[in-house]
Parts: sequence; C-alpha cells; structure tokens
Amino acid sequence: MSTKMFGARIKRNIDPQLLIGEGSFVDDIPLAGALHVAFVRSPFARAKIKSISTEFAEQHPGVAAVYTCDNIGALDLELPQLIPHPCMDSPRTQRPLARGDVYYVGQTVAMVVAVDRYTAEDAAALVDVDYDPLPVEIDLEKAILDGAPLVHPTHPNNIAADLVQISGDPDSAIAGAEHVTKIRVQVDRSTAAPMECRAVAATFDKVMGELTVWDSTQGPIAIRGGLASIFNIDEDKVRVIAPHVGGGFGQKVLLFYPDELLVPFAAMQLGRPVKFIEDRRENFIGSSQERTQIHEIELYAKKNGEVIALVDRFLHDTGAFIPYGIAVAQVASTSIAGPYRIPNIRVEFKAVYTPTVVVTPYRGCGRPQANFAIERAMDKLAEELGLDRFEVRRRNLIADHEFPYLRKGLLFADGLPVSLDSGQYHKALQLLTEKLAPEEFAVQQKAARGAGRYLGLGLSFYVEGTGLGPYEGGHIKIHPITGKVYVNTGLTSQGQGHDTVFAQIVADQLGVAVTDVILVEGDTKAFDWGVATFASRAAVVSGNAIHKSALIVRKKTLAAAANMLEVSADDLELRDGAAWVKGSNRSVSLAAIATATNPLRYAFNESAKAATQFAPASKHDGPPLAEGQHPGLEATDYYSPPSATWAYGVHGAIVEVDPEICAIKIKRYVCIHDCGNMINPTIVEGQVMGGIAQGIGGAMYERIEYDTEGNLINANFVDFLVPYATEIPPIEILHLETPTPLNPLGVKGVGEAGCIPVAAVIASAVEDALRPLTHEHFYHVPITPSAIHAALKKAAPAN
Amino acid sequence: MKPPPFEYCAPRSLKDAVELLAADPSAMVLAGGQSLIPALNMRFAAPSRLIDIQHVEGLKGVVIEGGNIIVRAMTRHRELELNDEVFRANPLIRETMAHVAHVPIRNRGTVVGSLCHADAAAEMPSILLVTDGSVVTESPRGRREIPAADFFQFHMTTSREPDEIVVEAHFPVLPQGAGWAFEEFTRRHGDYAIAAVAAIVTRAGATDVVSLSACGVASRPIRLTVCEQIFAAQGFTDASFKAAGEAAKEYVTAPDDIHATNDYRRDLLASLVVRAVEKALTRSR
Amino acid sequence: MSRAKIRAKLPTKSADPTVDIELTVNGERVSAEVSTRMLLSDFLRHELGLTGTHVGCEHGVCGACTVLINGVAGRSCLTFAAQAAGCEVRTIESVANKDGTLHPLQEAFRDCHGLQCGYCTPGMIMNILSSFNSSAPLDLSDEGIRDIISGNLCRCTGYQNIIAAVRQAAKAMSLG
Repeated sequence: MSTKMFGARIKRNIDPQLLIGEGSFVDDIPLAGALHVAFVRSPFARAKIKSISTEFAEQHPGVAAVYTCDNIGALDLELPQLIPHPCMDSPRTQRPLARGDVYYVGQTVAMVVAVDRYTAEDAAALVDVDYDPLPVEIDLEKAILDGAPLVHPTHPNNIAADLVQISGDPDSAIAGAEHVTKIRVQVDRSTAAPMECRAVAATFDKVMGELTVWDSTQGPIAIRGGLASIFNIDEDKVRVIAPHVGGGFGQKVLLFYPDELLVPFAAMQLGRPVKFIEDRRENFIGSSQERTQIHEIELYAKKNGEVIALVDRFLHDTGAFIPYGIAVAQVASTSIAGPYRIPNIRVEFKAVYTPTVVVTPYRGCGRPQANFAIERAMDKLAEELGLDRFEVRRRNLIADHEFPYLRKGLLFADGLPVSLDSGQYHKALQLLTEKLAPEEFAVQQKAARGAGRYLGLGLSFYVEGTGLGPYEGGHIKIHPITGKVYVNTGLTSQGQGHDTVFAQIVADQLGVAVTDVILVEGDTKAFDWGVATFASRAAVVSGNAIHKSALIVRKKTLAAAANMLEVSADDLELRDGAAWVKGSNRSVSLAAIATATNPLRYAFNESAKAATQFAPASKHDGPPLAEGQHPGLEATDYYSPPSATWAYGVHGAIVEVDPEICAIKIKRYVCIHDCGNMINPTIVEGQVMGGIAQGIGGAMYERIEYDTEGNLINANFVDFLVPYATEIPPIEILHLETPTPLNPLGVKGVGEAGCIPVAAVIASAVEDALRPLTHEHFYHVPITPSAIHAALKKAAPAN
Repeated sequence: MKPPPFEYCAPRSLKDAVELLAADPSAMVLAGGQSLIPALNMRFAAPSRLIDIQHVEGLKGVVIEGGNIIVRAMTRHRELELNDEVFRANPLIRETMAHVAHVPIRNRGTVVGSLCHADAAAEMPSILLVTDGSVVTESPRGRREIPAADFFQFHMTTSREPDEIVVEAHFPVLPQGAGWAFEEFTRRHGDYAIAAVAAIVTRAGATDVVSLSACGVASRPIRLTVCEQIFAAQGFTDASFKAAGEAAKEYVTAPDDIHATNDYRRDLLASLVVRAVEKALTRSR
Repeated sequence: MSRAKIRAKLPTKSADPTVDIELTVNGERVSAEVSTRMLLSDFLRHELGLTGTHVGCEHGVCGACTVLINGVAGRSCLTFAAQAAGCEVRTIESVANKDGTLHPLQEAFRDCHGLQCGYCTPGMIMNILSSFNSSAPLDLSDEGIRDIISGNLCRCTGYQNIIAAVRQAAKAMSLG
C-alpha cells in the first residue's frame, strides 16, 4: 500500500451491510419476549395534574405494567443540568414522568408496558389524567413581557438566562461610525427529523447483574455514566450500545430523554427485555428542536463599508426546560461576526422559557441564526451604501496573514475565546465570484426581466467553530490471527462514515488495506472513555486520537519486525499488511508480528507458525515481557484539542421567482468550502450536500407550527415539509484545503457546515430577484409562498 | 402510531360485502388503504370492522363504454394513469395523476377510494367534477348513480349513505378536439394542492365551452361556474382572462392555514385559472 | 431486581382478533396467524425477522418501508399483513445476487456514496427497482430520476448522489 489513503475517495466499508438490509438499528436487535412501551403524553402546554388513574390501563389484556411518577423509585427526580453556566439562575430540567405539573404538549406523564406496541397504545388511551389547564404564551417576544403567563413561576418574565459578551470597545467605535445599518431578523423553529426516530431497548441479566441498553444515541458513554449513577450500579455492569443509528443531527444527544432511563428501569423491574420505539408523532412532540431566535443587529460602518462595530441583541427560545444550558445561544452569539474583522462587538441574548418541546442543538446549533443575522445585515449595508454585495464582504474579510484572529472577550461553547485559526477567506470569495460571474449574471437578469422573468443572485459567507474538546481516545490493536486492525473510539456514527475515514487514517500508518481496518465504536464495552458525536468533532478529535495511537502501533510494529527480520527499523516499510525490508522481497506479516509480540507461543494458527520462522520480536534479557512492555501490537492514546478549529465557506445561488404563484426555483447552487485537509473528499461532499438540503428545508419549507395554545399542529411529515429530491437542486462544490495548525492531521470539522448559510443565500437571492417588484426585505425564514405574496402585496397595495 | 383493533372481513362477492357493511354501522370499507390506513395509524378513525373489498368479484379493472371511462372500485391510480386507452379517451386524467402523491402510493391507492375519502385538496375529485362524472353505489336498497356535483359535500364528507359501497366512478370521455389542463401549486411535489385548477375547453364553432374546477381552496372541490360563464360570454380575450381570474378569487373560502394565507390562495387561484385555460385552449382544436 | 424476589407473572400475548394468512415473501411460502391490525411492515420485521425494511413515519410519507407487492412498490406501513394474503412480497433482503455480491443498483449506491445512515436506503432501492421493472417509460434525465425517487425522504445525502447512483445502475442494467 504505497498509495496514500488519507485524502482518497475511498468507498465506505459499512455500505454492503446497509445495502443488503443487514443493518442493525435498535428495533432490528432481536430480543426474545420483549415488552413494548407507549407513553401517555400531556395534551396541554401547561397544566396542573389533579389526578392520574391507571386502573383501567393495568387491567387491559396484554399489559405488563403502568408507571407514573409514584412508582418509579429513584427515577422520580429532576434530570441533570448538563452544562452549567453562571448566567443561568436555577435552571429548570424535566422529570422522567411528570409530577404535579406539565410544561409542554407531549411531555411524558405515564408509561405503559405491554406485549406489543399496539396493545400499549390501546392501554395508554385508558390512563385517565385529570388536568387543570393554565394560560400560556407561545410568542417569544410576548413571553418576556410583564404579566405574561409563566412557564415556571420561579422565573419572572420567563427569562432562563441572560448574557452579555463584549469584544473590543464597541462604545467608542460606535461614536466614530459614519453609518449604521439596523435590521431585525427571525429564524423559526425546526427539527432534525432523522429518518430513524429515537429508540431504546434494554435487557437486564439478574444473574450477572448486568444491564445492557441499545440506544439510538449520539453519546452512549454518557448514557452509561448516567444510568450507572442513577441506578447505583457499577459502571462495568452497564453496557450501552449505539448500534447503527439512522441519523441524529444533534437530536439524539440530550441526556436524558425520559425513555432512556425508564426503559432500562422497566427491564430491571419486570425481568423481561423492554423496547421503546419512538414513532414519528412522538419524535415531533417529544424530542428536542431548535432554531427560534429573533435578532436585532446593528452594524456600525465607515462610508467605505468597513464595519467597525457590531451590536446584536437576540431572544433565544429554549423551550420548557434548559437541560443543555446555553449552548445554542452561546454558539450563535460568538459566531455573530462571521468571517469579518469587525474588531468591536457587543452581543447580548436572553434565553426564554416557552411551554414547548425543549431546545437543544440541531445541526448548526445557533450558527444558521447568527449567519442569517450578519449576512442579511451585510446585504443591507451594501444596499444602503450603494456597494456591491461581494465588495462589501471583500472589504471586511479577515486576510490570510491576520490568522489566528482572536475575538478577545467572546467565549465560545468550549469556554475558550473565539480564535479563528486559519483560512483563505478572500480566495474563497474569489472562487465564488468566478463560478457565479455576477457581472455576466446581471446582464442575464436584465434580459430576463424584460421577458417578465425574475432571476436573483444571493450569497452568504459563514464560519464554523468545529472540533470542540474536551477529548476523545483511540484504541488500536492488530489481530494476531488475521493481521486485521481493530480500532475503537468512544463516540459513534449516525451515517458519517467513521468506519472508513478512521480506517484511512490508520491504513496509512500501518500499511494495510482500508477494508482490513475494522472500526468498532458506540459500544461502551469496546471503548469506554470519550464524549460524544456533536459539534462537527469526530474527525478532528477522534481522528487525531486514532492517528496518535496509530503512530504508536506503527513504532511498535517496526521495532518488533526489525528484531524479527534482524535489520534496523529504518530499513523497513509497512505495506500490504506486512513489514518489508526495503528493496528486498523479505517480509513478515502483521499477523505474525502481532503473534510474535505476545510471549504466549502456542501455535494456534498459521500466523503463529509463521512467527516462529523469525528471530524473536523482543530483544532483552530477563522475563519474556520486559518492564514497561505490553504484549501484542496495541496502543491507546487520546487527543485533546487546544481550542475549536474554524472551518468556513461561502455559498451562492441563482434563483428564479415566479411572482404570480410565488414559487422559488433554485437554478444553481454553488458551495465553496474549506474544512482543512480532507480525509475523504467524497464523504466531505456528502456531508456538505446533506447539510445544504437541510438548509434549504430551513430556508423554504420546514417550520414547526405551534398554535396559540401550544399544540404542535404539524407533527407529521404531511405538514412538516422535509424536502424530497424534487425540491433540492444540484449542488456544485469547490474545495479549498487550508490545514489547521491546531492538530496533527490539519483537519477541521464538516458535519454541520452545509446547513449554516443557506437561509441567508436564499433570502438574498429572492430579494435580488424581486427588486423590480418590491423593496421589501426577506428577514424571516422559512420564506414561504405566502411570505413572498405578502411582500409583493405591500409593494402594490390593492386598488 | 399503530391502528386500533378491528374485525377484518374479506368477502368474495359484492352481495356479502354489502351485507357486512349494512350489518355494522361503524364498519368501514378498505380498498387500497392509502388514505384510510394513515388515519387508522394516527387513530383518527376506529372502525369496529374493516371490509377489505380487494377480493370482491367484479370490482377490478377499467372499461370505456357509452362515453364513460368506468373505473371500478379496486382500480389503482397507477393502473388508470398508465392505461393508454384511458389517456386517449381523457388525457386530463394522466396529466392530473402525476400530481397525486407519489408512485408507490398510486400503486396501491384506488381512484374510487380517493373520491370517497373526498379530501378537499385532493386532485381526482376535482377531475370527476370538471368532467361532470358520477359514482355508482350499491347498497341493500340497490344501485344508484350520484352525479359528482352532488357527491362531494364537505371536506372528507360525501353524500354516500353509510350502508353504500361505491362500486364505480364514471369519468366521461372528452369530446373530440377538446383541450385540457391541470395546473397545481404545492409546496412539495406530490403534496395535496395549495390550489389546483382543472380546465377543459371544447370548441364548438362559435360556442366554446369552458369547464373549470378547483381543489384546495374551499371545503370541497368546486366548479368555477362564474369563470366558465365569463369565457362563454366573452370568449378568450385579455379582458375575459382577467375577469375570470378576479371571479375565481371569490371562490376561495379556505381560511389562513400553515401552508397558505387566504389572501395568497385567492391570487394563486386567479393565476392558475388563467394558466389552465390558456394551456387547455392551445391544446384544443 | 433481587434474585430472591418471585418473578412477576407477565402477559405473553394480546387479546387481538387474528386472521390466518398465506403469502410469498422473497420467493418463500409463508403462513402465519396474525393480528388483524398488524401492519405488513411489522409482520415482515418482527414476525419474519426481515428487519431490512425500515419504518420511518407510519403515515406513508417517508417511503422507508417501501417493499414490492406483486412486483410494484408499496408502503408496507400502509398495508395490513392481512391484505397481503395471496400476494408476492419482495424486500431488500432479496435484492443482492445469490452469490452474495451486490445488485448493480446496490453497487451503484456504494460507488456514488448514495447512502449515509442507510435508514432510508432499502425503501429507496425497492422503489427504484419498481420503476426499473415498470412498463412506464424510464426517464433518466435529472428531473426524471428526481421524480422516481420523489416519494422517498432522505435526511442525509441531499439526494444528488442517489440520482447519480440511479443513472449508473440503469446504465449497468442497460435500461432506458
């Protein structure tokens, strides 16, 4: 294997299994005699529970148990607040089953366990809950007014958190500004809608005292820790497995959803395997959501368009509880200045409780909102100063020589100051300019207008802090029988192709085929130190940890092979699954080396026989294992990033708007993207294109709709419009590769990137298209046909 | 999302099916199931008995007879769509069918089932209406034919009596030389219409006849009679198109909903009427 | 939790009415007694162990559960097992070649990176195969392929690579 695997377009190892229908998602795990769960959920956004009667449900044929807050023992607690921050005053979290009060439609009130899900749903309908409904306010801006109904009586004006961050000296800069642009923008609530809803299955082995949980989660290690703590079992007796997971996009890392505790609890209580397979409606009304923010952003500029200060105040909807802390709002607030120098910043947010499903990060995590605010403001600034939209950006982009670019005073979600580490922002914008040729486009646009057609061009530049710490690990072991390389890490995949990209990293160091590197992750028995998959961090954090481990195994392999072949390690190369004496045909297979490095010399197999043909793998006097030496070819190492590494990119689109029927057609969509060194460009492009499709969903189609009573009225795929193939245009992608200096592989994260700038691109393009017809701006996404219609109507009042 | 329990019957004869339905006032008829089963899975409906009519003799297939395309109760959308004789007899059907959900749904869902479900935004009811078609029912009291204009009463409500099974739908063959068009706007391809217009233009010497129906804009599919009259009286002029568009707006009674405001739907319908009639006109001879 | 505790007596079956069915699944005759309300998706997955068919919405919109019923694509979540009596059902498990190698369409998905999490993939493949087998003309333009796969939601890929895969497979299979 002399060809470098890192950077190659390698096909994925995992695909054949998924393609022939042999994936193993949670509901595919065969569990004989499993019982099934259905929940009784609150039909009110806010109410007091007067009584709960479970009698009829318990007597229903096929029902094994009915649980309420009164019979779940230690689980009748307020769930942990995961990420504390001093700006939150006694943050509120949910109870697994409601006690006394309910806080959103869909909150779990009782749990029915029955022989199958059909029967469990029948019985859930027989649980009689007597509610006393309370008034609610769903509108974010009204919720903070005096006198608004409170979600939690403990929190006046529904304020969950309030934080101001300042970088530079905004007050002085504002005083010296020659121009100010102020706009108000709003991004509405959406949801991740992974194709596989959440799922938990558990079985308890009484004899061994072992609890095994299969969880469609992004963070099995944390789930294991929580279960062990709450049930007071030794961590070693709890095994949590995230098998194949059908998409996550942030929604599958809440810690804890009620079912993640209640299902294992029921399995232990009842002595039978128990399953909860969330259905689509429950995914809408019970699993976390994101996005609603209202920003009032002000850009203070010189007449030449140079922005010298930024002030942003925004409201962030956190839902009924704040288990994840201020992560989303904090990421938004620290991403607000985007790729621009803007040396003086004041950003303030209020996180607001609303009686709705909790808000936790969904792909993008606050960045799409921040991007929409700054990029729409940059367009407005250009308009007001009579500048071209590309030019105003060019005048403010951070130059290559200015990296690392520190925003002192703005603390990112990892608790460290924002420091944009590397990039070629100007080159990226130049590439987009070349691709879209805005001057030529202007000619076409004019001609089209003459023919009654409305074309528009839009763009948006984004940055993304990726690869957050604290750490991940990598374990590598060369199997002594087959010579295959086993790799483990603590996080887990929901479709990102970890098994292939991590294999590529390892293959280069150990000279094996990518298909001979076998990744086992998402299983606490395989590797039990680590954090989780989120924040575009897997390639950065686990990737570098695995790389470091691979270097150690490489060194061990070469040292042992040198002894076996009686040459210097410098004269060896690793390729084709063996160590070769350079320029000769002498070699020893990795299997034989792995066998020889284990002093137990039973000749179980061919590798062991082969190993005996060579000199010993270890040269020393004394016992078979020297002090400090370990058997086999194996290593574990960890990587802890010094800070986030900042990816970036710029997207542009050409759209056509049909003003009669208010339809938008995306005619071209171009993405210039830089995530540092790419491990596998095909997988990078897959991530980017998928992200853009979700971004288009957020820009034009997907909106979670609550009525004024707090009922989610589009909790299904008929009315919550996830785009089909017919709604997504072809995407053109160009890559830049600016390695980050922050980690050995020079990689940055890519998982979330695609979705971040899309709303601003579409809004910018639609506005440009409709300029002859309306001067209205598009500051609210998703942009619906009705919104376009309203904008056109405002321009031409009815006669 | 699992259906509630029910008794399942799969009769072989229409007589048995009719008796089974008559015997149980909360029984429902199951054909393709593409509207009923989602409703059951969401527990919006809880029939005590489902009468699966797929094995009932005589309910399969399509025949063209006496100026009508006779679509029997178990005829799937896709079957009608791909039938070339049907296309020649009434090309509006195939054109419309491309807007009815997606192929896998059309493979299973029946046309008669869709008519009986009578969603106010569904496409096929508006085709039955614009072609002046009808349905035929069977009950213990015998057979009766119900004109489309009387059949669709309200969103998901028809004039079918609870003990009647709709066994056929009759879509009239288009007159020679007639032009047709189906213009729909949805936010996603395959969704129910935000608004849609079906148009047929029959040129008969000096007297052109325009038939227009719409779905998605009111509590049921509707004929746009006033628009039809405008074209009949004024012919096809810029002024008549404008007037017809304006008149169409008055038919929009759907309130603001999450997909469209009433105001937008009014203007949308006006545009679709113009586009549909223009297209039908160019196809007419 | 203690081993000393007497094991709870738990139910093992529901009180649902049942119906006897016979059908062919992936070429094999199958007979079973099923609850009248059992969805075909649950029957395939949990009674027959064919878990390659996935369930994404149970209201017919996402297409993850698509199987072939008498040769054409249908939603197994919108079909009762009882309705499938006498039918020939084919699932993703029947698609690969007998020698274990991938079908050209599966191969194309892999070549083109047409799947990420893989949850929607079996339904997507069954739907595409149905179109390949259909008597309707096959339109392999970009728009035509988008129309073919338009009844299947994918949340990961953005569809572009799936479109490439369909085109590659159609070419490999000399279709269109």
